[in-house]
Amino acid sequence: MKRVYSDLHLCVDGDKMELFSRAVGKASKLGYTLIAIPSRKFSEEQIRQARETCDRCNLDFASRVDLRPHTPEELIGFLRKLRRRFDVVAVMCESKNVARQAAKDRRVDLLNFPQPDFRRGFFDAAEAELASNCLASLEIDVKPLLTLEGPARIRLLSSLRREAATAREFHVPVVISSGVSDEMLMRRPRELAALASLFDLSGRGACEAVSKNPMAIVKRNREKLGSKFVAPGVMIVRRGGNG
Amino acid sequence: MKVVKRRYLAVSIDSDETLGSRDFMDAVWGAVSRLFGEYGASQAGLSLIDYDATKKLAIVRTGHTTLEMLRTALASISQVGKKPVAMHVLAVSGTIKALQKRLDDH
Repeated sequence: MKRVYSDLHLCVDGDKMELFSRAVGKASKLGYTLIAIPSRKFSEEQIRQARETCDRCNLDFASRVDLRPHTPEELIGFLRKLRRRFDVVAVMCESKNVARQAAKDRRVDLLNFPQPDFRRGFFDAAEAELASNCLASLEIDVKPLLTLEGPARIRLLSSLRREAATAREFHVPVVISSGVSDEMLMRRPRELAALASLFDLSGRGACEAVSKNPMAIVKRNREKLGSKFVAPGVMIVRRGGNG
Repeated sequence: MKVVKRRYLAVSIDSDETLGSRDFMDAVWGAVSRLFGEYGASQAGLSLIDYDATKKLAIVRTGHTTLEMLRTALASISQVGKKPVAMHVLAVSGTIKALQKRLDDH
């Protein structure tokens, strides 16, 4: 079966439709099937427009929100308010408390750690164990790999290698995303997978990180957000009458 | 004697500016040696087979064991001499003839 690829973190400004259309066109040309663009400010109308633009390019559009809470309580509040509006919920873990809360909350899909700052790499064994018991995946953006040079990139690679090894040990799925806002930094899915080999992800693991793992997140959430969902494995097939 | 299997890559150059073949190969060598060191670069057996500046297309040869290394290095190139550039591998093949055929199908 042909592998389908997705980029769950394309940081294009949704308000600038021309830029958005160009990025969508390029993603389609590069071989993606599904893209997600962080869209917290998006109205329902803007999401509908984005879906139409993607449809024209034979792309599937997933709505995504990036949460940047300062405290665990703030995160819980955001999740209560926003979980049902978006296909993908990512948490930018900027403190250890927030990272721990995000890893143990089943409403969180992606854990993203601020990469250039290696001192804030909170994805350790404890975090991975919490994430493996829930549904959260580790998201790695390749943008810093393309923009950094020299010692900064070396430190980044070392930190990513440690995080990828921890994720592997605790069976936490890894999702590789571009994280770019500039068209020139967009790469083909196979190229994202190749870049993942720099932090010791196996060829198969890297391919799954740009195809199977992100697709599974979107599929699971769409099922849950659908009107027929009752519980995992239980769906409404037909509604009966009162008699 | 051990037979070295070769791989030919068709690389498209995405840039507003036109790059010369020298600039292209310098960028590729630079990326390989930055990521994998001079030892890694020496194993790559890199060679430029064809370069079409107007079509912005290059054909590069490498060993089959170093194919992924070259793919990674090409993906890591984001600028050449301060100009933003992206390089995408369009097709890979074991012979130039098969590569040309794949490119025509592309």
